[in-house]
Amino acid sequence: DASGDFSKNNTCKLTFLVTDWRPSYYLFLYFLLFYSSDKDIIYICPFNAAVKGKVFITNYRLYFKNTDSTPVTLDVPLGVISRVEKMGGASSRGENSYGLEITCKDMRNLRFALKQEGHSRRDIFEIIFKYAFPLSHGMQLFAFLSQEKYEENGWNVYEAMEEYRRQVLPNSEWRVTFINKNYELCDTYPTILVVPYKATDEDLRRVAAFRSRCRIPVLSWFHKENHAVIMRCSQPLVGMSGKRNKDDERYLDLIREANGTTKLTIYDARPNVNAVANKATGGGYEGDDAYQNAELVFLDIHNIHVMRESLKKLKDIVYPNVEESHWLSSLESTHWLEHIKLVLSGAIQVADKVSSGSSVVVHCSDGWDRTAQLTSLAMLMLDSYYRTLRGFQVLLEKEWISFGHKFASRIGHGDKNHADQDRSPIFLQFIDCVWQMTKQFPTAFEFNERLLVVILDHLYSCRFGTFLYNCESARESNNVRGKTVSLWSFVNSDTSLYINPFFTPESSRVLYPVASMRHLELWVTYYIRWNPRILHQQQSPVEQRYKELLAVRDQYLKKLEELQLSDSTHLTNSSTPNAATPNQHITHLQTPF
Amino acid sequence: MLSLGSGGAKSTKPSFVSYVTPEEIKSEKDPPKQEKHPDLLPGEVEFCSANPILKYTQDDLSQRGVFGTLFCTNFRVTFISDEKPQEKTDKTFKNKLYGENDIPLMCVDHIYGVYDEKRKLITGGLVKNKYPSKMIIHCKDLRVFQFSLTFSKEEDAKKIFQGIAHHCLEEKSLKCVFAFSYMGTPKMQWKQETVMFDSPEDWTQEMKRTKANCRLVTENENFELSQRYFLQLLLAVESWIFCLQSLFNVFFFVCFFFVLENSTDFWLSDVKWFSSLESSGWLDIIRQCLQKAVEVVECLEKDNTNVLITEEEGTDLCCVISSLAQIMLDPYYRTLMGFQSLVQKEWVAGCHAFLDRCNHLHQKDKEYHSPVFLLFLECVWQLVHQHSPAFQFSETYLTVLSDSVHVPVFSTFLFNSSHHRESVMKAESPLAQSGPLSCPTVWDWSVQFDSKAQNFFFNPLYLEKVKHDRAVRKPHKPKHQRNLSLPSTAFKTPPKKGFFKDETDSLKKMLRVKRLSRWRGSPDAPAATTREFFESWQHRPLDYHGLLLPCLDGPAVHIWMQRYLRWIPEVYILGGGSVAVMTKLMELLSQVQDLKRVLEQRDSSQAAKLDHRPYFQHRLLSFDSSGRLSSSFPFAYTCYRSFKPIIPTGLMQSLMVTDSLASQEDEASSVVSFV
Repeated sequence: DASGDFSKNNTCKLTFLVTDWRPSYYLFLYFLLFYSSDKDIIYICPFNAAVKGKVFITNYRLYFKNTDSTPVTLDVPLGVISRVEKMGGASSRGENSYGLEITCKDMRNLRFALKQEGHSRRDIFEIIFKYAFPLSHGMQLFAFLSQEKYEENGWNVYEAMEEYRRQVLPNSEWRVTFINKNYELCDTYPTILVVPYKATDEDLRRVAAFRSRCRIPVLSWFHKENHAVIMRCSQPLVGMSGKRNKDDERYLDLIREANGTTKLTIYDARPNVNAVANKATGGGYEGDDAYQNAELVFLDIHNIHVMRESLKKLKDIVYPNVEESHWLSSLESTHWLEHIKLVLSGAIQVADKVSSGSSVVVHCSDGWDRTAQLTSLAMLMLDSYYRTLRGFQVLLEKEWISFGHKFASRIGHGDKNHADQDRSPIFLQFIDCVWQMTKQFPTAFEFNERLLVVILDHLYSCRFGTFLYNCESARESNNVRGKTVSLWSFVNSDTSLYINPFFTPESSRVLYPVASMRHLELWVTYYIRWNPRILHQQQSPVEQRYKELLAVRDQYLKKLEELQLSDSTHLTNSSTPNAATPNQHITHLQTPF
Repeated sequence: MLSLGSGGAKSTKPSFVSYVTPEEIKSEKDPPKQEKHPDLLPGEVEFCSANPILKYTQDDLSQRGVFGTLFCTNFRVTFISDEKPQEKTDKTFKNKLYGENDIPLMCVDHIYGVYDEKRKLITGGLVKNKYPSKMIIHCKDLRVFQFSLTFSKEEDAKKIFQGIAHHCLEEKSLKCVFAFSYMGTPKMQWKQETVMFDSPEDWTQEMKRTKANCRLVTENENFELSQRYFLQLLLAVESWIFCLQSLFNVFFFVCFFFVLENSTDFWLSDVKWFSSLESSGWLDIIRQCLQKAVEVVECLEKDNTNVLITEEEGTDLCCVISSLAQIMLDPYYRTLMGFQSLVQKEWVAGCHAFLDRCNHLHQKDKEYHSPVFLLFLECVWQLVHQHSPAFQFSETYLTVLSDSVHVPVFSTFLFNSSHHRESVMKAESPLAQSGPLSCPTVWDWSVQFDSKAQNFFFNPLYLEKVKHDRAVRKPHKPKHQRNLSLPSTAFKTPPKKGFFKDETDSLKKMLRVKRLSRWRGSPDAPAATTREFFESWQHRPLDYHGLLLPCLDGPAVHIWMQRYLRWIPEVYILGGGSVAVMTKLMELLSQVQDLKRVLEQRDSSQAAKLDHRPYFQHRLLSFDSSGRLSSSFPFAYTCYRSFKPIIPTGLMQSLMVTDSLASQEDEASSVVSFV
């Protein structure tokens, strides 16, 4: 859970909040206390009714601790808050009718009630409003204030050149270009791009003119054996008149030629009708006659607005109470899992095509939402490196962060406009897809569910710089690397928490999940984690058993080693032939470990 | 190649035509000359056969198949392939009585015939006329077989079709059930650990175990009064009104979603999967049964009230509720032997009318059919699923048990009551003097599985109670022993119903009556007190050897995936599923056991210090590590599917109509066209 992982790492500094909340303990280096309620505030807990307690607010979090007998604590990073509202007025009647309602981005709402005397809620409201939305108040995000120190610098996890070299790039078919080193070609792309060897920088510029926001087709992943590639880009600017661009057509043909694919497959993530409708605003898709060596497939994934509404509906049925009488049909009517199914099956098609030796181009409208979902999921299926703890970090850094998924707009970090139409849970949906895959292949991933939850928690928390800003150029101009801590510094400082004990490395295996509703499940331990009534085991019984056995095995091995050691000293003294037999056993046994 | 995308799916019902012409077969290869026959079980007799018959491969749309001979015997319908059996199909989890191409006659649920591309449910009338070009058999264990009859001689085809239809569908007498011809005797003497509850001694023993404070009534020894054993009389409930017929209908409906004949059907039904599942009502019934059992447990635990569960005959839902309550209360019933004893006590000795409910004799009168026992197993599965370490048996065990109901060999599921069993056995026994005919009980698992396969019945996660005194096996002693053994009030003598009604009425008067809610047709919101009861239980640390309650919230109740989805290739996760984790666990366990053995050999005094944690007693499951297992393991093992992914079709079925949001642009500012 969110609070748990936080205190784990900063145990010495932060446990005071959990164990002792007297004011004298609050002030320390970089967590500033702004508010502490001198009178009891009532937290209207949807699961335990009303709980009396005290609220403390620092520049990072809101903290609530009960003062009555019901043991309830809340530890909410302010970044998680999407909306604060006053409820009731000074004249409101009825118990607990005067107070605050806080809507969070992580599937919960918090309600506090105060006494209706002396504008008691004014202070707390203003402080939350100010510090939960610092950007709307001309202040900095918390990540820039935090001075956490970790042994490892997580900003070094991803170096583009290193990752391309891992993929055996550049090579005779693909070259690295620095055309975008000042973000002149495309301001939402990273500086280092991989393009067909035969395409000149001049070609790239001309192609950029025909692609929405200049996001030209660039390489995401290269198949070492069959040399097929995954390319990503935005839609072509075909428009109502059906414009053509010879340079773009030739460029796509260069991609096809690179490994001799007979027909290049273009996956347009959108539903067909939407792609057509995009022509009205200057966009569109690759027409048959213009791109004769290409085959266009629509993957029918809906846009960010549909996804936002779907998640909203999901929240309605799981928080605060789980819909009881018609759980399954309610779940179905949110369409959340159906969208997951569509995204997964799109990625399966991409991965299948590539592993069969054909190169693919993936795009949606701008190539930073659905496209990122599809390329990164396909890469996760194709390349076992991305299923390791380190590799997964690289995957996120590369496909999502460096290629400009608009985190700032989609999440609305530090911004008070909760109803902003740009917000959408695209990244959450991707992580959900990853979770579905880890569920179906419990031995294929080095990391566990906890990592996914931590990533989502810090997607909102603003404690780390990793998910801030919309693209690399914005990150660079704000010196995110220099001024903030990376989430990976935090994660990699104690990896044992995120390791899946069942992980079995298998390098050459393509992982195809089953994208059927029969297997897709609601991620209860994320979406319904605030509800104490839903059973979720801290650790799965299998995992617990496995870890116990590992400990026993290590204990036995140690014992054997000790015995061997005493044997060898024994053997030098006496030469009894019997002693050899168990030794043979031991060597035989040790090989599998 | 499958066609993809919105328009790709075939939206019409597929027509059942064979795409292979007889000419094509001939060119494919020469028909084998030598006749093949099935290995008959002792007492099994072959009725008829036909060759060549094409058995369609289920997991692909191309309507390809395998040629072979179809047989009908007094035990099963069986198909023997003309192709050489692949040597590597030696599987660890093999049923000795029937294989993957065998359908025990009792296991046949429906037969469909395809006549001129029209599909008809086969009933008695249709058999007489012409035979269909294709025969589709739906099994009670949810397998589907499709045979083409067009390639063999007309009279052979007609004979085999009529034979199968007759033996599977026509009403028959109990005497004709294979069990009465079966001469198989288990090689080894069956070690009887399961308490059979067929003697007063067994009951006395059980009362001792549970420290029950009651008197055994033996005046009924010759079934004169009724077969009943009151351990305690427990009271509080008003009669349960539930129509078994509606349970049957619901189940029929739910099975409909799982018996899938092809990929198109699968993906078409996938879109509405959740709502179809819900509208079937099956999960609601499961939830209600568990809910009632929790209420019973609550009465016993909280109020120390005795409970009498009654229904008209007391042998259907009473069995379900009382058995479930006992499993929740008493860890002994969560062991394999304990569970079998419980079924023996509550269901077999408790006079559940297996013969009528399972409709083994194909009676036309549907009033008595109802999958009550299966309902019970599925409720138990929910408990196993939620609290796995508390159960010694695995879900595979439950699945196999549910299959065994339809294997006509065991006495366990063949009768309506012990009395019925006694009388039939006496009558059927050829030598009445030398004692009654003996059919094996289902608990003698060696009849179906060798000991290696039986290891799959054990749950490797079971957290066995550490026994301090290994010599004396102490009875499990939950704190609420007083009320532990709830007998289902086992009356099953319709003519004398009045008598028992009077009796229970007077009992009700004698004891303080507290009414629990009635069974209702619609899902009940659980009583607030029961909710509290669950929550207070949940707040206490979980003790796998103590009281166990199920979480009944929507997301916590699942469909029994292993049982229902094991034959559907579309859902196989190759190299995934829980079996992947279990394989790892077993590997580690065997390493640890090997190490332990080595250490013990080295030094016996050392060994004494070694761990005696319960998991060392676990049986090792042998997984075939050579290939990648599919999630359906240990069932449907012979799935040699390629590594190609299965790509869903018909994706846009329900997402087509979304509101105006769907047509909006992602970004508020629209794309600027560059010139």
